[in-house]
Amino acid sequence: MKRREKKKRVIPGFGLSLGIVTAMLGLIVVIPLCTLVIYSAQLSFADFISTVTRPRVLSSYAVSFRTAFVAAVIDAVMGTILAWVLVRYEFPGKEIMNGIIELPFALPTAVAGISLTHLTTTNGWVGSFFNRFGIKIAYTTTGITVALVFIGIPFVVRSVQPVLESLDPQFEEAANILGASSGQTLRHVILPEIFPALIAGFTTSFARGLGEYGSVVFIAGNTPYKTEIAPLMIMSELQEYDYASATSIALVMLLAAFVILFVNAVAQSRASRIVSGIS
Amino acid sequence: MNTKKNSGPVKWLLIGVSAFFLFIMLVLPLIYVLVTAFRDGAAAFWEAVSDEYAVKAILLTIEVTVLTVIFNTIFGVFASWLITRFQFRGKKIISTLIDLPLTVSPIIAGLIYVLTFGRQSALYPYLKEAGIQIIFAVPGIVLATIFVTFPFVSREIIPVLTAKGTDEEEAAALMGAGGFRIFREITFPHIKWSLLYGIVLCSARAMGEFGAVSVLSGHLRGKTNTMPLYIELLYQGYDFTGAFAVSAILVLMAVIILILRSILERKGKKETAEA
Repeated sequence: MKRREKKKRVIPGFGLSLGIVTAMLGLIVVIPLCTLVIYSAQLSFADFISTVTRPRVLSSYAVSFRTAFVAAVIDAVMGTILAWVLVRYEFPGKEIMNGIIELPFALPTAVAGISLTHLTTTNGWVGSFFNRFGIKIAYTTTGITVALVFIGIPFVVRSVQPVLESLDPQFEEAANILGASSGQTLRHVILPEIFPALIAGFTTSFARGLGEYGSVVFIAGNTPYKTEIAPLMIMSELQEYDYASATSIALVMLLAAFVILFVNAVAQSRASRIVSGIS
Repeated sequence: MNTKKNSGPVKWLLIGVSAFFLFIMLVLPLIYVLVTAFRDGAAAFWEAVSDEYAVKAILLTIEVTVLTVIFNTIFGVFASWLITRFQFRGKKIISTLIDLPLTVSPIIAGLIYVLTFGRQSALYPYLKEAGIQIIFAVPGIVLATIFVTFPFVSREIIPVLTAKGTDEEEAAALMGAGGFRIFREITFPHIKWSLLYGIVLCSARAMGEFGAVSVLSGHLRGKTNTMPLYIELLYQGYDFTGAFAVSAILVLMAVIILILRSILERKGKKETAEA
């Protein structure tokens, strides 16, 4: 639809819809967020700084960022391969594979958490195999990363898949005929096209990984300074009714989430400019 | 199809890698839950899921899910109608606010409700006077679940309605049809599959939400424990068979949701192709 300036609205229901939407939005999102802002404004800046620079809090930030980043990178690589396989190849079981991708959306995170934990302990089905090489998964940062890979994989696949579907294979054929190797075709033809979608999927799974709690608490083991994630720090402050500390730690995480969203938005607009510049 | 002729070995290598990854990361955890749930026999499984507290947790989960889905469906339909059918100031702000809950960690979602309705809140004296308890009680669990799944329904409908355009509704309105009639006879047939899919996604997340609910629940056995919280309780008490037995119910729900999803997707695609 082209945007049309209308003096009068033809379709009825504007007032009713606007009323219902703003009322529900206000109750669920706006009022609680305003409370957070008002509450934060009452915190003293010195207390805020001393809370978020506590060594235990700092190391929880480090654990959260490192594991979420590594998991998002793994998701980006595996997600692109999965999307490629699902779009470009025909093989038996493809429909099932396509359905299974969405499992992390459907399976409660706590269930995923306890199951992945039991699988990867040193005598679990998968963990005992890695244990032979001296690699421990459950109760280490590797375990946290595994849980976050599980949570984040559908975001990348569902972001890249539609773009690959709309990508005309003629470009690859042309590159092929002009003598490009498959590596060159991948680097110069396919990657630039899917790059914005890949960044979108990567940032979503990164942001989701930073905030994830349910699946991680079980597999992390929650050893202070080693495998404590930032959401867990917020949780333990809440359990001691220390709302000021909980809010301070949360504010840093919220800021990080918004920075990630902003980076994504910048990448999207830049990429769309480059792509439209070429064509 | 698009398959390149010279990519035989690469093709099967990539398919193999994908299948292996999916099997280890996604399928194996499912199988593990089911195997562990039944490892002490069906009787032990049945005993775990028919436990008084387990049944109460299941009922509470259903209650929370139903309330959440009703709220978010009403919101989703009105929000997508508002956003795709009208041009107005502040539309960008509204759509940003709708998507905001997706970027907020569930723990932080719980935290903001504790701050809003908890003891240090300005609202607390009034709520106490009225005898309403929100945090550490069922209303808090419902509110947090609504927040976490807030945009799930509208996000599915908005793209469909945007692609469809407003011509048909405008024509109907000019011919004198009322708002409800336009929605029922023109809009609803276009969005019914995406609406259903949104509802399915919303109920899946609502049933399984852990972080936000964990903050707001008082963790009272039989009162404010939903299924995921009950699983945590059993697990931390080293009752692994019990924890996995209750998990098995949720695994079953997840599988049903995935099957429903692919049916709904196929129906939606078919109707778009026919139109």
